[in-house]
Amino acid sequence: MKYLDEFRDSDKAQALLREIARLVPGIETCRQRPLQIMEVCGGHTHSIFRYGIDRLLPKNVELVHGPGCPVCVLPMGRVDDCVALAERPEVIFTTFGDAIRVPGSSKNLLQAKAEGADVRIVYSPLDALAIARRNPDREVVFFAIGFETTMPSTALTVLEAEQTGVRNFSLFCNHITIVPTIKAILDSPEVRIDGFIGPGHVSAIIGNAPYELVSKRYGRPLVVSGFEPLDILQSLWMLLLQMTEGRCAVENQYGRVVREGGNKPALDAIGRVFELRDFFEWRGLGSIDHSGIRIADAYASYDAERRFAVPDVKIADPKSCQCGEVLKGAIKPWECKVFGTACTPETPLGALMVSSEGSCAACFNYAGIRPGAPPRQVQSPLSNR
Amino acid sequence: MCLGIPGQLVEIVDADAKLAKVSVSGVKRLVNIACILDEAQSPESCIGDWVLIHVGFAISRIDEAEALKTLELLTEMGRVQEEWQGLGLVSGRPA
Ligand code: SF4
Repeated sequence: MKYLDEFRDSDKAQALLREIARLVPGIETCRQRPLQIMEVCGGHTHSIFRYGIDRLLPKNVELVHGPGCPVCVLPMGRVDDCVALAERPEVIFTTFGDAIRVPGSSKNLLQAKAEGADVRIVYSPLDALAIARRNPDREVVFFAIGFETTMPSTALTVLEAEQTGVRNFSLFCNHITIVPTIKAILDSPEVRIDGFIGPGHVSAIIGNAPYELVSKRYGRPLVVSGFEPLDILQSLWMLLLQMTEGRCAVENQYGRVVREGGNKPALDAIGRVFELRDFFEWRGLGSIDHSGIRIADAYASYDAERRFAVPDVKIADPKSCQCGEVLKGAIKPWECKVFGTACTPETPLGALMVSSEGSCAACFNYAGIRPGAPPRQVQSPLSNR
Repeated sequence: MCLGIPGQLVEIVDADAKLAKVSVSGVKRLVNIACILDEAQSPESCIGDWVLIHVGFAISRIDEAEALKTLELLTEMGRVQEEWQGLGLVSGRPA
């Protein structure tokens, strides 16, 4: 398929792997400890496991799977709020499919649905708006979730609801923003990340400039990357090249999609509908200043939090969960005490086991890693045939 | 969550609502194209363009020249490595 297959070619992948292996010995850090490169975005985590990229890299290059799966970082209390909204008799609660099984403190959205709540999976927020049009006597709430990639779609949907006079539609807004998140990771003392693979589709919206603080203030290189295996390998190679040459900059590997200044119509829509929250609670990471997004006053009537009394539940993560440490790269997923035992994709304790972009689920499903057993050697689809 | 799929814009359905049909491996989908339009551009002028679709919205145009540039660089990398090997110069081996 165009723009996909070309970027999965195994000969080119081998060429990149040879270049990576050639650069590694020249990097000072690699002589003392493994180099840690974090991919911030869950989409990258998914590709890395799906193509076994981590298993093809030299031993002293480690990939750390960051917090960039919005489903995975949603705190339990917010899921409880969703359930409370969904259980209101007048509400049709609409959500993307990957959020429906994230555990709340007593149940998830799927269980609420089984008990009679009107929960519907949609592919796009526009589908939720269409449901509102078809059901004028009901209240349709869309569970807005995601980084900047997804924000334009919800913002434009609210603008369309306003223009076309749809009044029974609102967002339960849980959008989060990327740069404060990266900053929180860099500020946490147990973390030693040497460079970042930057999120490709977030950057299609915000451009490259917002990452300058990562290279200028924190002295870490960042390469904005596409999602196919060649994209990820090329971005790694570009990061290592910077380190070899003693440079530290924000670079763009994903020129076919990401423009320097981002996407203006999308940014305009976001700017009209949303504003920053002072702080937002993350699963496993605690509260991060200015990382959450809410609906601006001008669009208050589209804000489910203001329209309905949302309980605003605060619940600590279960004690046995080590999601926070995994999210920051302090431990590997399979080093969590409950990985593969109390916490499996069928019975997830933490959200990292739920989403296909969560690093625990990816380790379990794609890499076949089981507790206490050495990682199975699953052949990478990129290996030489 | 942040993944997107490439598709080719084939038909404008409703210019005011900025709705278009995009072909994704032969299957036509209704997609909102507000994010890839600017004042200077008529929706019709986008027909034939490749776009990246995320949750029902085209969030970016795909730049063919940039895609080719990336692929050529990687082809060239492989070619240079073969030459080195031919000359008996050792280049790194994948782990
Ligand atoms: S195994 Fe479960 S509890 Fe442990 S970090 Fe992963 S998702 Fe969280």
